Amino acid sequence: MSTTVTAPEPVVGTGAEISAMATIRRGMQISPELRQGLGVTLLLALVATIGQVVVPITVQKTIDHGLGPQGADIGYMVRMGVLAAVAILATGLASYAMTSRLFTQAERGLATLRIKAFRHVHDLPLLTQNTERRGALVSRVTSDVDQVSQFLVFGGIFAIVSVGQITVATVIMLFYSWQLCLVVWICFAPLFLSLKWFQQRLSDAYGIVRAQVGVMLGAIAEPVVGAAVIRAYAVQDRTQARIDEAIATNQAAATKAQGFTAFSFSLGGLSGGLANAGVIVIGIWLGFAGVLSAGEVIAFAFLVTLFVGPVQMGTQVLTDAQNALAGWRRVIGVLETPAELVDPGADGEVLPRGPIDVEFRDVSFGYPGGPLVLQDIDLHVEAGTRVAVVGETGSGKSTLAKLLTRLMDPTSGSVLLDGVDVRRVANASLRRSVVLVPQEGFLIDETLRANAQWGRAGATDEEILASADELGISDWLDTLPRGLDTRVGQRGEAMSAGERQLVALLRAHLADPDLLVLDEATSAVDPQLEMRMARALEQLMSGRTSVTIAHRLTTAENADEVVVVDHGRIVQRGPHAVLVTRPGPYADLHASWVAQQAH
Amino acid sequence: MSTPTSTLRDGFAVLGVAIRREPLIFTVSTLGSVLFGALTVADAWVLGWATDHAVTPAFRDGHISASILWAVVGLFVGVAILRAVGIVARRLGAGVMQYRLQAHDRRAVTRQYLRLPMEWHQQHPTGELLSNANADVEAAWSPIAPLPMAVGTVVMMVIAIAQMFAADLVLALIGLLVFPIVVLTTVTYQNAASPLMTRAQALRGTLSGIAHESFEGAQVVKTLGREADETERFAAVARELRDVNVRAGRIRAAFDPVIAAVPSLGVLVVLAVGVARVQAGDTAPGDVVTIGYLLTIVAMPIRSIGWLLGEFPRSVVGFRRVTRVLAATGEMQYGGSALPASGAASLAVERVSYAYEPGAPVLTDIDFSLEPGRSVALVGATASGKSTLTTLITRLVDPDAGAIRVDGVDLRDLSAGELARAVAVVPQSAFLFDDTVRGNVTLGADVPDADVWAALRTAQADGFVAALPHGLDTKLGERGTSLSGGQRQRISLARALVRKPRLLVLDDATSAVDPEVEARILEALRDGATTATLVVVAYRKATIALADEVLHLADGRIVDRGPHTALIQRSPAYADLVNAYETQQEDA
Repeated sequence: MSTTVTAPEPVVGTGAEISAMATIRRGMQISPELRQGLGVTLLLALVATIGQVVVPITVQKTIDHGLGPQGADIGYMVRMGVLAAVAILATGLASYAMTSRLFTQAERGLATLRIKAFRHVHDLPLLTQNTERRGALVSRVTSDVDQVSQFLVFGGIFAIVSVGQITVATVIMLFYSWQLCLVVWICFAPLFLSLKWFQQRLSDAYGIVRAQVGVMLGAIAEPVVGAAVIRAYAVQDRTQARIDEAIATNQAAATKAQGFTAFSFSLGGLSGGLANAGVIVIGIWLGFAGVLSAGEVIAFAFLVTLFVGPVQMGTQVLTDAQNALAGWRRVIGVLETPAELVDPGADGEVLPRGPIDVEFRDVSFGYPGGPLVLQDIDLHVEAGTRVAVVGETGSGKSTLAKLLTRLMDPTSGSVLLDGVDVRRVANASLRRSVVLVPQEGFLIDETLRANAQWGRAGATDEEILASADELGISDWLDTLPRGLDTRVGQRGEAMSAGERQLVALLRAHLADPDLLVLDEATSAVDPQLEMRMARALEQLMSGRTSVTIAHRLTTAENADEVVVVDHGRIVQRGPHAVLVTRPGPYADLHASWVAQQAH
Repeated sequence: MSTPTSTLRDGFAVLGVAIRREPLIFTVSTLGSVLFGALTVADAWVLGWATDHAVTPAFRDGHISASILWAVVGLFVGVAILRAVGIVARRLGAGVMQYRLQAHDRRAVTRQYLRLPMEWHQQHPTGELLSNANADVEAAWSPIAPLPMAVGTVVMMVIAIAQMFAADLVLALIGLLVFPIVVLTTVTYQNAASPLMTRAQALRGTLSGIAHESFEGAQVVKTLGREADETERFAAVARELRDVNVRAGRIRAAFDPVIAAVPSLGVLVVLAVGVARVQAGDTAPGDVVTIGYLLTIVAMPIRSIGWLLGEFPRSVVGFRRVTRVLAATGEMQYGGSALPASGAASLAVERVSYAYEPGAPVLTDIDFSLEPGRSVALVGATASGKSTLTTLITRLVDPDAGAIRVDGVDLRDLSAGELARAVAVVPQSAFLFDDTVRGNVTLGADVPDADVWAALRTAQADGFVAALPHGLDTKLGERGTSLSGGQRQRISLARALVRKPRLLVLDDATSAVDPEVEARILEALRDGATTATLVVVAYRKATIALADEVLHLADGRIVDRGPHTALIQRSPAYADLVNAYETQQEDA
C-alpha cells in the first residue's frame, strides 16, 4: 500500500480562469440560440437608438423654431412634430421587437445551457461529483443561470442601446466640432482606462459571492437534512452558529461587491461633470480663435448629455455584467470539467443479452492523491456464476463494485465484460446490462411506483407487483396504507433504511440485468426478511452473473465462489466449503460470524 | 389566487416591513437618491448659469476672466462630485439594506427549521424548505434594489410638478396627465405579468428541488443509467420556465416602449398647446420650454417606479412563502425539570401509542420499563415500529397517548436540552456535518482529544481516522461523502459515546459494519465502555445478546418479552426471526 498516486484530485471547474470575452464566446457556442437572428436584433436596436436620439433633437428644434423671438413657424413646427411622432412610433415598435426577441433568444439559450449543465453534472465521474457540495452543484444550474438570464434580458438591452447611443452621440459631436469631441473623450479616458481594473476587482468580488452562495446553501441544508440528529443531540445553537456564519460571510461578500459597483458607477457622473466644464472652457477658447459660435458651444453642451447618459448606463451594465459573467463562468466551468468516463456512444460496443463473463485484468486503483486501495486484481467470473466478495471494512470491496459498474475507471489494468473493456462499451448498453444495488437505497420524493419505475421506465402496476412477489416482499407492500401510491419523501421520512433497501431491490429486479452487483444491499432489513429475500435473490440471480459484496457470510455460503479481499488484494478464493476448512482469513472471518450467531 | 390590486397592496406592505426594519439605511439611501435627483436638475441650472455668465459675455466681449472659468469648472465638478456621493449612498445603501433583510430572514427561517418539530419537517419536502430559505428570501426583497431610486424619483416628480404649476397652470395640467398615464400603464402591466411571474417563481422552486434530489442520488442515477430520464425530468420544467419567462418578456416588451413614449408625446402636446397659448399671449415661451424640459427630465427616472412595481409579484409570492415558514407553530414545549447529572438512567415507556397519520397506528400500547444500567433489545421485522420507538424515547416526537419517563420524569416536563444531556442516540442512517472529524464527534462540546480518541477507539474508528491526512482535523465534506457507510456509522457511534450518556439508544447502529469490526465494538460496549442504560434495535444475535431483556415487536405492538434464551424457546415467530441465518445455514 506504499504506492501513491499523484494524479490531481478531479474537481468541478469554477471557470475562474476563463476571460470575459471567452466566457461570452463559449456561452454562445453552448447556447447557439443566443446568436440566432442576433443581426436583426442589433438592427432593431440601432433603429430604437436612433429614435431615442432623434426625439429630443426634434423637440429641441421645435422649441427653437416655434418659440424663438422671431415668432412661431407653424409649418416647420408641424413638420417637426410629425417627424417626432413618427420617430416615437418607430422607436416604440423597434424596441418592442428588439426586447421580445432578446427575451426569446436569451431564455431559449439559457434553458439549453441549464439542461446541458444538468446533464453534464450527471456525466461527471462519481469522484468529481463528490468533491463538490450538492448545494453548490444545484446553484450552478439554478441561481447562476438566473443571474445570466437577468443580465441578458435587462442588461443586454441597455448594453446594446448604450453602445449605439455612444456611437451616435460621438458621430453627431464630430459633426459639430471634432475638437470638443476630443475634449469629451479625453475627459472620459480615465474612466475607460480604469474600467478594466474595476472589471477585474468586480469579477473577483462577484466570483466570491457566487461561491459563497454555494457554501451558504450547504449550511442551510443541514437543519433540513440533519433535522433528527440535531434535535437528538440538542445542537441547535451550534448548528445555528454555523449557519449564521455562512450567512454573514455571504452578506459581507455581497456588500463588498456592491460597494465596488456603486463606486465604479459614480465615476461616469464625475467624468460627465469634467466633460461639461471642459466643453465650456475649451469652447470659449475655440470661440476666441473664431472656430465656434456661442450657439454652437451651447448646442454642444446639450450634446454632451446625450453622451454622458449612455456612458453611465453602460458602466452600470458592465458592472452588473460581472455578476452575470461570474455565474456564466461557473456554469461553463461545469461543462468544461471533463466527463472522464467517456461514453463511447454510438461507436461503443453493445453487450449481447444473457449472462455476462467478467474479468479483472491486473487492475489497480487509487483515489487521486491517495494510496492504492486495490492492487493487482486478477479475477475471472464465468458467465452465470454467483460470486461473493468478503473482507473487512475498508479492504476495497466496494471499490471493486464501483469499478465493475464503471462508476470509476481503474488507475491501471482493465475490467472486461464479455471480453470487452468496459471503457469501450456504450453507456446505454452497460447500464442496461449491469445494475448495482448500493447499500443506501436512494429514493426520490415521489410515489413508490415512480421510484420502482426507475428500474424499468413505464413498468405497469402488475409488473411491479409481480416483481415484489418474486422478491417475497408483497406482504410488506400490503402493509403500506396507500400501496404503490405511497409517497416516500426525498429523505425517506416515510421509510426506514430497511424499507429503502427493499425499494432499491425492487428497482433492480425490474431492471432485469445480466450482471447484478449487490453492495451490502440488504444490510438494514431484518434477518428473516433478508433470508427470504436471499432466496428470492437467488431466483433473480439465476441465469445472470452476480457479484455480491457482503459482510453477512450467509451470502458467501450460498455463492459458487468466494473472493476474500484484504488490504486491497485478493488473498483467497474458492468455494465456501473449501475455504472454511483451511486456516486463513476466510476461516477467521467465518469463525467470528458464527460466534456472533451462537448466542 | 391573488388579484393584481392585492399584489400591489401587499407589495407596498412588504416595502413597509423593509423600511420599518431598516429605517436608517433606507433614509440614507433615499437621501442619496434625492440628492442625485436634485443635482440632475442642478446640472441644467449650472449649464444655464455658464451660458449666461461665461459663454454669452465671453463671445460678446471677446475676453473672459480666469475666475469665471474656474467658477464654471468648480460648479460642474462640484455638482458631479455631490452627485457621485448621492449615487454611492443610493446604490450601496440599497444593496446593504437588501442583504441585511435577506440575512435577517435566512437566519429567521433556519431558526424555525431548528425550532419546529420533526412532524413539521416530515410534512415538507426538502426542496421546498431549501427554496424557502434561499430563492424565496431573495425574491421577497428583490424590490429593495430599485426602491431608493423610485422614492427619489417620486420626490423629483413632486418638485417637477410644483415647478410646472408655477410656470403655467394649463400646460402643467396637460403635462400632469403624463404621470397618471405612466402609472396606469404600469399597473396594467402588473396585472398582465403578475400571474406569469408567480408561476415562474414556483417553477424555479420546482427546478431547484429536482436538481437537489437528482444530484443527491447521483450514484443511483449513474448505475441505473437514468441520466437521460433525469435530464428530461429537469428539462421539462426548465422548458416550462423558459416559456413562462418568454411570455412575461413579450408583455414587458410591449409595455416598456409605451411607458417610454408617453412623456415624449406629452412634450409634443405641451408644445402644440404651448405655441397656441404663446401666440394668444397667454403664456411666455420660457414657461413652455420649462415644462417641456421638466417632462423630458422626469421621463427616464419615472420608469424606475415601473421597475419597482415590476418586482412586486415575485416579491409578494416570496414573502408569503417565507412568512408561512415563520408563522408555522407547533414548537415543542418544554417543562422546567432537570435530571441527575450522573449514573445510569431509568426508562419507563407507559402505554404509548403513536401514528404518523391518523388511522394508521405505528405503535400501539407499548409499555415497558428499564432499571438503571439494564439493557433492552427491540427486535422485530422491518417496519414493525422499532425506529419510531427510538424517536419517541429521544423525544423527536411526542406520543399520541401514554407517556415516556426518564428517571421518573415525563420527557415533556424536562427543560430544553436536558434530555440530550442524558440520552444519546445512534440512528440507523448516520448524518455527518460538513465539519472536521473532531467537530462531528464533539459537536462543539469542549472535550479533550484523549476522550475523542477513546470514543473513536470504542467505535473501532481510531484506525481509519488516524490514517486520514489531518487526523481529527480532517474535514469530512458535505454529509461526510468522503467516508464509507460503515465509517460514517462508526463516527456517529463515537459521537454518542464521547458524551458519556446515561441512556444510550442504538438504532441498528452497526448495520454497515462488517462482522469482525462489529464484534469488537460489541465487546468494547460489553466490557464497560459505557455504564449507560441501553436500548438497542438489533437483528443480529450477537447484538441482541448484549441485552438483559428482549422486546419482540410486531405490527407496532409488543407481542412478547423476556430474556433472549427464553423467547427463543417459547416463541416460534421470534425464533424464526432471529434464527433466520442459521436456518439458512442448515438448509444450505
